[in-house]
Amino acid sequence: MVRPISTLVRRLRPGLAALVAGVAMVVTPALADVALLNVSYDPTRELYKAYNAAFAKHWKAETGETVTIQQSHGGSGKQARSVIDGLDADVVTLALEADIDAIAKTTGKIPADWRSRLPHNSSPYTSTIVFLVRKGNPKAIQDWGDLIKDGVEVITPNPKTSGGARWNYLAAWAYANKAFGKDEAKTKDFVSTLYKHVPVLDTGARGSTTTFAQRGIGDVLLAWENEAFLALEELGPDKFDIVVPPLSILAEPPVALVDGNVDAKGTRKAAQAYLDYLYSPEGQTIAAKNFYRPSKPDVVDAELLKRFPKIDLVSIDDPQFGGWAKVQPEHFGDGGIFDQIYKPN
Amino acid sequence: MSDGAFTTARLPGAAAIRFRPVTMERRRVRVGLILISLAFLGLFLVLPVVAVFVEAFRGGMPAFAEAIFEPDAAAAIRLTLLVAAISVPCNLVFGLAASWAIAKFDFKGKSLLNTLIDLPFSVSPVIAGLIYILMFGSQSLLGPWLKSEGIQVIFAVPGIVLATIFVTFPFVARELIPLMEEQGRGDEEAALSLGASGFQVFFRVTLPNVKWALLYGVLLCNARAMGEFGAVSVVSGHIRGLTNTMPLHVEILYNEYNFAAAFAVASLLALLALFTLVVKSVLEWRYADEIAATRRH
Repeated sequence: MVRPISTLVRRLRPGLAALVAGVAMVVTPALADVALLNVSYDPTRELYKAYNAAFAKHWKAETGETVTIQQSHGGSGKQARSVIDGLDADVVTLALEADIDAIAKTTGKIPADWRSRLPHNSSPYTSTIVFLVRKGNPKAIQDWGDLIKDGVEVITPNPKTSGGARWNYLAAWAYANKAFGKDEAKTKDFVSTLYKHVPVLDTGARGSTTTFAQRGIGDVLLAWENEAFLALEELGPDKFDIVVPPLSILAEPPVALVDGNVDAKGTRKAAQAYLDYLYSPEGQTIAAKNFYRPSKPDVVDAELLKRFPKIDLVSIDDPQFGGWAKVQPEHFGDGGIFDQIYKPN
Repeated sequence: MSDGAFTTARLPGAAAIRFRPVTMERRRVRVGLILISLAFLGLFLVLPVVAVFVEAFRGGMPAFAEAIFEPDAAAAIRLTLLVAAISVPCNLVFGLAASWAIAKFDFKGKSLLNTLIDLPFSVSPVIAGLIYILMFGSQSLLGPWLKSEGIQVIFAVPGIVLATIFVTFPFVARELIPLMEEQGRGDEEAALSLGASGFQVFFRVTLPNVKWALLYGVLLCNARAMGEFGAVSVVSGHIRGLTNTMPLHVEILYNEYNFAAAFAVASLLALLALFTLVVKSVLEWRYADEIAATRRH
């Protein structure tokens, strides 16, 4: 009767050893000189993977310090929420101004005028919304108006949860606003009809890409230009085509230093340099290589810019929208226009 | 000669009264039922598990090894092991204490405790994660104090451990309580009347009586601790190489179109499940007599 107990104790011993070793592992400080945490949104994974390596090299050459950059990715709104709840970000690189505003307002860790602290409204790169269609474009989709043709299924995520999806929605709005001569009722009607053509409303941009590309649902994916190029590159150019509509929206994903966190951690110098370097020729080139439109195209090789077709781009600050501060509650707030026009079928 | 004639004369008759027509139909039903269950299992269990391994090894052994030993994946595996190494012993102690209290003693609020143990089963894991954000997040009541003391709970290892403990705490207790209640207090009372101390009763009577159920509970608890996604996802912060456990890492890899690596890490989790099953079956087979003896029916 006693023997099995000692067996049990013996069984527990490796567990206890692992526990002690584990605690020791957590307590051991990081070996790197500086560690930065960049809290970002979903589609920037590849961009920051390349940029982090380049910046670490640059920083080492400049100061002799070793910098390690940790990455966290997720839906833009969710990531902002995590920073508000205490995720120790040194810099945030999100999809929407509104998300950084939310951090600034709730925590005070970012000053309210953060947008004017870096060039180009704190957006080192921009993007736009394009269409990804099946190879050969069997449904002949060329413009926003083609999306509501009979039998066309559109894949786009939920604008309530996804930053990218709000840009999709606003791009469609901008098209309709122009097509119907600023008639708001007709514009609303168009956007409402468009969402009736959406069979699956994913929570994030990457989820929608997977739905369209991997699961083969839908005829057209509304996507960030960089996501569309990436899907093409990763999943085979023989499967999809990119269709660039004549008009789309100018998306300016902003970046910001989280002052409250960098001052507590003593990482301000490196974190500031990390953001500044995004505007350098190398940073801009990496952005372009990852299919983001550089904010300073003049410092990038012209050959690399050929991949970005000219589009009529409508800014969020255009009078029809009046900036994020107005658009967010009006279109995406509870009971806002999206809630009025979208009824799951 | 006559013997032979008798046999041949009897054979056709024997053939005529064979019982097969009667058993035939029953067997058909039986075979049908077995086939249905096998097909169901195959379709919904075996096939997906096989698919995981096929995908994992699609790029061959070197690609598989590379995916597992890649620094972020290795960090996720280490973190998962660490979290299990802390949460499983905690729940082992809690489970033993709770089931002993419930099965062997009478006290006020006993049925309430019994119900509360099941809470994590009925609460969605997402809520389990959010509870800890509400308690320890920087917008919570405790937040500013934790901050001033430099203690990071949420978006760090302690938060992940807490969420895992919450989700896995019924496993050991739920295995033990029915068995202990069934065994009653007779053995313990006998030991006490013979002059054993409380600890002696526990280590020499109670523990040996429940050891197999305990081991099984620990195995289940461990499997869930390593596989938990929802609650951990909420409190993790998803920092690569730092707060990503294996299930979270699988999702990240999948979203990065890195399917081979995603399935390689997923196959480790699947292996864990298979290992748990095998250990459980081996224990049941090896110690069948002992296990039967501790149950009184």
